[in-house]
Amino acid sequence: MRTLLTVFSKEFVDNFRDRRTLATALLMGPLLGPVLFTFIINLSIERSLSDADSAMQLPVIGAEHAPNLMRFLESRNIELVDGPADRDAALDAVKTGALDIVVLIPVEFGEQLREGSPARVELISDQANTEADRDARRARNAMRAYNQQLAALRLVGRGVSPIIMQAVTVDEVDVSTPSGRAAILLGMMSYFFIFALLMGGMYLAIDSTAGERERGSLEPLLSLPVTRDQLMLGKIAAACTFMAMSLMLSLWSFFFALKFMPLEQLGMTPNFGPLVVISAFFILAPFILVGAAVMTLVASFTKSYKEAQTWLSIVLIAPTMPILIVSILNVRSQIEFMFIPSLSQHLILVDMVKNEPLNLLHIAISVTSTLAIGAILTWLCARLYRREGLLG
Amino acid sequence: MIVVNDIHKSFGKVRALRGVSFDAPDGRVTGLLGPNGAGKSTTLRVLYTVLKPDQGVATIDGVDVVSDGLAARRRIGALPHGAGLYPHLSARENIAYYAALCGLDKATIDDKVDSIIGLLEIDDFADRRTKGFSQGQRTKVALARALVHDPQNVILDEPTNGLDVMATRSLRDLILKLKDDGRCVLFSSHVMQEVAALCDDICIIANGKVAIDGSADDIRERTGCDDLEDAFVAAIQMVEAD
Repeated sequence: MRTLLTVFSKEFVDNFRDRRTLATALLMGPLLGPVLFTFIINLSIERSLSDADSAMQLPVIGAEHAPNLMRFLESRNIELVDGPADRDAALDAVKTGALDIVVLIPVEFGEQLREGSPARVELISDQANTEADRDARRARNAMRAYNQQLAALRLVGRGVSPIIMQAVTVDEVDVSTPSGRAAILLGMMSYFFIFALLMGGMYLAIDSTAGERERGSLEPLLSLPVTRDQLMLGKIAAACTFMAMSLMLSLWSFFFALKFMPLEQLGMTPNFGPLVVISAFFILAPFILVGAAVMTLVASFTKSYKEAQTWLSIVLIAPTMPILIVSILNVRSQIEFMFIPSLSQHLILVDMVKNEPLNLLHIAISVTSTLAIGAILTWLCARLYRREGLLG
Repeated sequence: MIVVNDIHKSFGKVRALRGVSFDAPDGRVTGLLGPNGAGKSTTLRVLYTVLKPDQGVATIDGVDVVSDGLAARRRIGALPHGAGLYPHLSARENIAYYAALCGLDKATIDDKVDSIIGLLEIDDFADRRTKGFSQGQRTKVALARALVHDPQNVILDEPTNGLDVMATRSLRDLILKLKDDGRCVLFSSHVMQEVAALCDDICIIANGKVAIDGSADDIRERTGCDDLEDAFVAAIQMVEAD
């Protein structure tokens, strides 16, 4: 026990003095997620707001053939500008991206309208261009509204109620709560926590195996009157401590970052108060042991610091896989998912953010199974540390 | 007292040791001499228990290095070849870490660390982080680290590598002091003069086998060469002939 403590405190001090470890463990991991999130959410809010309110410019060819339609579009905050000279020029301009969309009104538009036959308007756009697609959709919707208005007037003119055009109306009832909607967007944040947690222990895990070997400090260490298990456990304990600090920082930085996200404008109020921050820490904490053991295990197979870094960047991605699959399939918490580390923590965290009642059985299974897997992996690490080939 | 009896060790197809036997008694300096790749380091690694022999027995003060590695390690201080330090810790912290792992208690650690720092004359840089230390400074710290717990048996793998003349001399004095204290000192080298100047017993290893062992005079006599270097070459040729 004393040996374990000696190893632990040495590793702790050693890594605390290493700027690179400190920067990745206590800065990059905890800050990357929140900063990225604030950025993405602010950007998407900006875009969705600009959709409705801002004036949009619409190049039109032949505006003089449809003065009423033009006035209708202007009333919808669409600013009309002169389009290219002719249709071919318009096609070229859209193809090269010089213009996003062009509306072309043929000469016969007025005549077709007077006759009551469908009056043709062309909307030229590049559907592969998502930015342009937004404008195209807006122009299309405006013209569809004009069409409906005109059609309704025609029916009224013939003494028919326009209501008969509505055989079925669909009323959508959205039962999602503001917290629930937040979970859709914030679903990925549990990955950022797991990422931060892993980053916290990454260099320590590399250092305890590949790093010590490369530096030549492993061989004298192994010639001391201590068992390799004690060395291994002390190192894993130090990695776990760094990971816990990184996780704690990451949760709190997220808590503060949320204050800078205008989520109410998107109709979301995530349940992420101080109490949730603390419970989330305890939900995620069992994963620390799994992470520390996996990283140590992977690093002990590698020959050098560089190689270990390469392999561990793959390990950083691995925990996202179950989260990603479940997000795509859109399944809800089920008892069997609680046996899978990273996935179980993710699902419980999502429920928490949605402010849904927590399933204590799920939490119990998640904590015990994750800890059990962590213990097995730690035992495997110790086994590997005992082998002769460790010295490389 | 270190006793090695017929140890063998292979790494895959390479037979690194093919039956090495020798004794390194207390109060004497034993030198393991041999060309590069002869098996010196492998022999020492078996002794400080990071490698297990495929066959044969080695004991430290009568303790078997395979069946009771922990107890064997308690009786040795080892300086492996190219031993590395922790760059973010000071020289003193590096030494104190090993002292703590050897099981010394807090008060003893400070005393022992101070005295070994004085003995090896590393006071000047004892409280600096070891990052950027010269090879000689690093070797001294690594040596201090290996000796901090006063081991009865001292195993040094090419300790004079990278040391300047002054440092080599002070290392030589230290080895002689350890010998006078009644310790068992076993060290490897490929430098003839060093071994000749220091060792009571010389064990020449070549090709994973002991070519010849005994005192310097013994070896000169048995090979029929007056010069120790010629004796060394003759002994090695004897092994490579079979």
